[in-house]
Amino acid sequence: MAEKFDVIVVGAGMAGNAAAYTLAQAGLNVLQIERGETPGSKNVQGAILYADALEKIIPDFRDDAPLERHLIEQRVWILDDESYVGSNYRSEEFNREPYNRYTIIRAHFDQWFNKKARDAGALVLCETTVTNLLLDGKRVIGVATDRKGGEIYADCVILADGVNSLLAKKAGFHDEIKPRDVALAVKEIHFLPQETIESRFNIGEEEGVVIEMAGKITAGMMGTAFLYTNKESITLGIGCMLSDFKEQQVTPYQLLEKMKDHPAIRPLLAGSEMKEYAAHLIPEGGYHAMPQVYGDGWMIAGDAGMFVNGLHREGSNLAMTTGKLAAETLIELKEQGKAWNARSLARYQAKLDDSFVMKDLRKYRQAPAIFEKNPHFFTTYPELLNRAAHTLVKVDGVDKKSKERSIKSAFVEARSRLGLLGDAFKMWRAFQSR
Amino acid sequence: MHSVVCIKQVPDSAQIRVHPVTNTIMRQGVPAIINPYDLFALEEALRLKDRFGGTVTVITMGPPQAEVALRKCLSFGADHAILVSDRAFAGADTLATSFALSAAIGKVREDQPVDLIFTGKQTIDGDTAQVGPGIAKRLDYQLLTYVSKIVDIDFGKKEITVERRAEGGVQLLKTAVPCLITMLEGTNEMRFGDMADMFRAARYPLKVWDRVAAGIEDVAKIGLKGSPTVVGKVFAPKPRSQRAEMIEVHDNDPQDLVVTLLAKVFTRHPKIEAEIIKCAS
Ligand SMILES: Cc1cc2nc3c(=O)[nH]c(=O)nc-3n(C[C@H](O)[C@H](O)[C@H](O)COP(=O)(O)OP(=O)(O)OC[C@H]3O[C@@H](n4cnc5c(N)ncnc54)[C@H](O)[C@@H]3O)c2cc1C
Repeated sequence: MAEKFDVIVVGAGMAGNAAAYTLAQAGLNVLQIERGETPGSKNVQGAILYADALEKIIPDFRDDAPLERHLIEQRVWILDDESYVGSNYRSEEFNREPYNRYTIIRAHFDQWFNKKARDAGALVLCETTVTNLLLDGKRVIGVATDRKGGEIYADCVILADGVNSLLAKKAGFHDEIKPRDVALAVKEIHFLPQETIESRFNIGEEEGVVIEMAGKITAGMMGTAFLYTNKESITLGIGCMLSDFKEQQVTPYQLLEKMKDHPAIRPLLAGSEMKEYAAHLIPEGGYHAMPQVYGDGWMIAGDAGMFVNGLHREGSNLAMTTGKLAAETLIELKEQGKAWNARSLARYQAKLDDSFVMKDLRKYRQAPAIFEKNPHFFTTYPELLNRAAHTLVKVDGVDKKSKERSIKSAFVEARSRLGLLGDAFKMWRAFQSR
Repeated sequence: MHSVVCIKQVPDSAQIRVHPVTNTIMRQGVPAIINPYDLFALEEALRLKDRFGGTVTVITMGPPQAEVALRKCLSFGADHAILVSDRAFAGADTLATSFALSAAIGKVREDQPVDLIFTGKQTIDGDTAQVGPGIAKRLDYQLLTYVSKIVDIDFGKKEITVERRAEGGVQLLKTAVPCLITMLEGTNEMRFGDMADMFRAARYPLKVWDRVAAGIEDVAKIGLKGSPTVVGKVFAPKPRSQRAEMIEVHDNDPQDLVVTLLAKVFTRHPKIEAEIIKCAS
């Protein structure tokens, strides 16, 4: 006899776990299927956890979630080949509970989150890949898997299978993801003793630092890099648009190697031992690249639906929130005795529109295109900034007025007056557009 | 036929590191896996079940988290799983572990006779290879170690024939059933269970036995108390200062290789070169 559930959730990442947990809590009969050996084993993230999104799902998550450090300091670096101009923001306010942002290691965190879903009553199968959606006309009625006898039925399938959702594509719900809509990121975890990390980054036990980086390290491509402190390790990574990698014939790995060799980064990693290397896609196409996210008996949550705010490096919180909203839509409709079809599930879209998820994605809808068409934001400006800083800081007998003049002319020479104005406007539009 | 497979959940040794200051193993954050050698034991038991019918029971002594390992064994096709878990078992060495496991298997036998007991060759975290033989001795089972193949079982005569890898060759051994087999690695490949097994594993009401349920009265024989092993000192071997050098071979030319090799040896050890020249002249 074929198994039948209320809901099948595909994937045990942030979105899938949020959905499965919420559904199971409400007493629905949930099956969650994950292809990885354990939840989290396939998941790659920087990884910063934004407490707010999780708090709304599991209010007391701080009691037992595997959290590495809470962040008390944010550094932003604009890098040239041998230098950086940076800003730091550090505040004791971030040191007061409840903390707002944490570093996590996804492999551990996802297992914890998934255990919550299981404890709430979700049935979880790992090491099982969903190969196809079962359709009855246009209606999704279940899934097929790579295991013998692996067809399972459900009234609704939530696709939380991450970026480049093959299932949605196979079922014809959306087109192949375009290289200019995804970033390819590589990251490494480097082991360092806890004491070393704390002295190197000027932080106490459980306190953490993030460094966000942009500039020459991405070799002119649209992208950013990051470095976070975990309890006994450092995560660092770099990502650029897939289309740029293709065009420039550079591998992400080369970029990461160069990054680790930057004179400002090398000392932070000195003596460390590489623990883990991973590459992963991040859907950064933004608002204009978003697919349809619901239909007859199906919904999409998380990366699979392009729910990522690339500009602010937010993904996991959108994934959790969309997973939760998808689940709540189903729960509400069930309580009202309504069927789960394309018409009723439109409520999911309404919930999304009403949340920070779509509000933010709409706000930054121009950003991807603006940055894509203006690569000088990633090359010329970092260089100019760094040279300006160098000129100002160096004491060499040149009077300050002349220094300022030379900085100004360097900018004008590189971008022209109109160009500078235009760039300022574009930058403003990327962040402010509504 | 009833087989009992003993498994252990171990830290994935490929991901373990030694603390640079204290020299202790840092287990924190290291994923737990089923001892890889035990999987060969389980698969062999499952194959016997395929061939001759019967049931396979998996048993482990460990912390509550070992449940994951047992469920995984069920998803491969094992019929039953027992977790022997009690704080009193903490700190057990191989002597205390084999005592506890044999007691638990003794309890299993009260319900259903056990024809074969399987273990892996050894564990990757202890590398002692002592627990299997320890259980055989206590239960008075025949013992076959480093088995590479089960050739046949004669149910009428209650005899089993196996191949055993030994130094310089393969031994063909025959012994009486019941017996305990420690399975060599690389002898089979774990199957990919079907969907029905996945569901059964996820829903299986796991049996958890504490000390009393496992039939153990004498607490002096289990846990730290029952473990005479003393770890005198733990230290990390010094990493080699010199890295190995890769020598490229061109066109499979042995002469070229020999010349390159000798040149390398001679530059590093001029004395050897001098000696050889002296001998030759
Ligand atoms: C390098 C990097 C750094 C990042 N840093 C941050 C950060 O600091 N903060 C932040 O908020 N976000 C960050 N993100 C983004 C964040 O990781 C994602 O947005 C988030 O993980 C999305 O969650 P998800 O559940 O949608 O997808 P995932 O977490 O990718 O989970 C999808 C799951 O589905 C499973 N799956 C896929 N296909 C199938 C199938 N056919 N059958 C069964 N299972 C399947 C996968 O194995 C996986 O477990 C980062 C991403 C990367 C790559």
